[in-house]
Amino acid sequence: MSVQTEAASARPKVSPLYDPKVRSVAFQVLLCAALGFLVYVAVSNAHENLSRQKIATGLGFWNNLAGFPISQTLLDYSERYSTYGQAFWVGLLNTLLVAVVGIVLATLLGFTMGIARLSKNILVAGVARWYVEIVRNLPLLLQLLFWYNAVLKALPSVRDSAQLPFGIFLNNRGLFSPRPDPEPLFDFVWLALGFGVVATIAFRWWARKRQEATGAQAPVGWVTLGLIVGLPVLVFLLLGRPIAFDYPAATRFNIGGGMVLQPEFLALLFGLTIYTGAFITEVVRAGILAVSHGQTEAAYALGLRPNITTKLIIIPQAMRVIIPPLTSQYLNLTKNSSLAVFVGYPDLANVFTGTVLNQTGQAIEVVGITMMVYLTISLGTSFVMNIYNNRKALVER
Amino acid sequence: MTTADASSFPTPPRVDAGPAYVSRTTLAPSPPPYSVVGPVAWMREHLFTGPVNIALTIIIGLLLAWIIPPFLRFAIFDAVWSGANRDVCIYTPERTAVGACWAFIWDRAAYFTYGSYPVAERWRVNVFFALLAIGVVWLLNLKAPRRDLGGVYFFVVLPILSYILLVGAPWLGLRNVETNLWGGILVTIVCSAVGIVVSLPLGILLALGRRSTMPAAKLISVIFIEFVRGVPLITVLFMASVMLPLFVPDYLQPDKLLRALVGIALFAAAYMAEVVRAGLQALPRGQYEGAMAMGLSYWQMMTLVVLPQALKITIPNIVNTYIGLFKDTTLVVIVGIFDFLKTIEAARIDPTWGAPTVSATGYLYAAIFYFICCYLMSSYARGVEARLARADKR
Repeated sequence: MSVQTEAASARPKVSPLYDPKVRSVAFQVLLCAALGFLVYVAVSNAHENLSRQKIATGLGFWNNLAGFPISQTLLDYSERYSTYGQAFWVGLLNTLLVAVVGIVLATLLGFTMGIARLSKNILVAGVARWYVEIVRNLPLLLQLLFWYNAVLKALPSVRDSAQLPFGIFLNNRGLFSPRPDPEPLFDFVWLALGFGVVATIAFRWWARKRQEATGAQAPVGWVTLGLIVGLPVLVFLLLGRPIAFDYPAATRFNIGGGMVLQPEFLALLFGLTIYTGAFITEVVRAGILAVSHGQTEAAYALGLRPNITTKLIIIPQAMRVIIPPLTSQYLNLTKNSSLAVFVGYPDLANVFTGTVLNQTGQAIEVVGITMMVYLTISLGTSFVMNIYNNRKALVER
Repeated sequence: MTTADASSFPTPPRVDAGPAYVSRTTLAPSPPPYSVVGPVAWMREHLFTGPVNIALTIIIGLLLAWIIPPFLRFAIFDAVWSGANRDVCIYTPERTAVGACWAFIWDRAAYFTYGSYPVAERWRVNVFFALLAIGVVWLLNLKAPRRDLGGVYFFVVLPILSYILLVGAPWLGLRNVETNLWGGILVTIVCSAVGIVVSLPLGILLALGRRSTMPAAKLISVIFIEFVRGVPLITVLFMASVMLPLFVPDYLQPDKLLRALVGIALFAAAYMAEVVRAGLQALPRGQYEGAMAMGLSYWQMMTLVVLPQALKITIPNIVNTYIGLFKDTTLVVIVGIFDFLKTIEAARIDPTWGAPTVSATGYLYAAIFYFICCYLMSSYARGVEARLARADKR
């Protein structure tokens, strides 16, 4: 310590122009001043422009009557009495709906194709490879327009809807399916499902402890299936199937009853699933390839069977590589769901930066709020994933 | 050693029982393996290993047989190749099968390429395409001579020349062409080229800022990068389109295309910054320390030692970012700009060409265009990656 201070004090005096500390401080002050000046100019210009164009500022519009219809609402919403604030929540829920369903489907598709991509069967591997090549090299917007305009809007009209099994109709107004109307007794089925999930978690914990202590394996898969699927089904049958179905019925110009998945929703869902699935395929493939072959060989040498090797040796190590890029694909899917604007699905970007912005003209507030929502989702997810990732990360010596 | 040899060795009789896991019997020799060479063995290994694979092979074979012939019939055999309007592509009693209406694409090809750019001035667009092609080849071909000059050409000379050519310069006799007349492939290329030219330098600066020891520079970079990466491009374009005009004085209102270009360039810069940062982090610390020990200043260290190496290993990722940028330029239609995809959308609903297969043909043409561009870029990235891997292996 003392040697250093001595050396520092013995250093010849340099001109402050060449002192790294002075330079660093000066540079940062300049940077902040430039940025501050830019912000000042922007704000004062905005203030002047807004007052000249007589555009209101602030969030006063939030409680004003919206007065426009939304085609898919998960909340109570009506153009007659709902406010812009309610429109915001409806849009946000629609975004989350398509994002969550899309993420589940894209994960299934991506993992299937990722494993298929590594298959020894050249047809299987080839189909997976060309799926990725084609889908990744085409803009998502083109794919969405294709699904919406060339596939779903080209379906037969209501009068000659395609009739599928189970009372499902498919036409250019969407996919009509029977709506389940649970009777009061159906609550017990939910109860059974809840119990099954809790019991499964407890059983898995016990099986794991026992395996770590004694090495004995429990039939986890069968027990899980029995508890989560079998138990609710059993309760459902014992209670005498307490559910009624409201079947869609074709009238002359429309289909009444049942529930409907709109073509806008389906097009966006197909597009997002297939597009993101291709990226997840590559993530999964890279993750599996990242597990060195020695791991598999060592497992075989210890006498583990191939499926146990996959489950206990390859997947846990591959997941460590897969999860970070997988998260960013999930976020990409959520952000890409804003392309709903182009097919007319009423998501947040469409409802809020579209209609609400047009009606109120309050660009700064509306675009700002929308950005903040996406930003919160993105940063929140990456925060959670960082914690998870740190826990799962390889602990090196 | 053959099985006959193995069985001719006498098995020594065991005297002690030995540990329980040591087998006491000699296993029967396995049968010789099936042929492992030749087409039959190849098919056995790659198509018909086990019942699951046989089933998959049959299902996929049937699926391909179901998809490919109709597609070929649509795209080639039943396609209409020439004609002047919708009459050649509609169903008539004699023409019951109509495939792709390529006549439509051929008829509107100039619109898809130049948009509404004045016909008399379209040579300027062609010159721009040629200049851009020279720059791309010069910069991307790792064996091209004087690639440093290529960089100057691409990032300094080309933007100035292109601006003069495309926008016009009355003092050179090139009349002004309003940007609202631009369209088609021209706009797609301009958007991605501007994105590329602006985002790389800006991305490098942001990446250096993020890794800097100066807290203010670091904070500003981190906030910008994380903010832009956390929001969808559409909202950035909205911001550029409706908020930017509010932030600048009245007499300086940017035109529509410029607003979109600002949005795209800033968006791409944030992604580029993260790619470059990964390259900077991958470089061994010794390179930084060595440069500092040589007494190089910060900028000398960066431009002479660090960046050349870091950028080289990031080339594949940079190209992948460009592929994303190229695909993302389709979104500029949201602020009312006629890019390539929008010209197709506009042309396919034009009643002059109102025929049943026109929409599908339009989308197929767009798909082929985007696929070729993106596939070329990704093949290039893969090529560089393979080359770098070979260099690392020694």
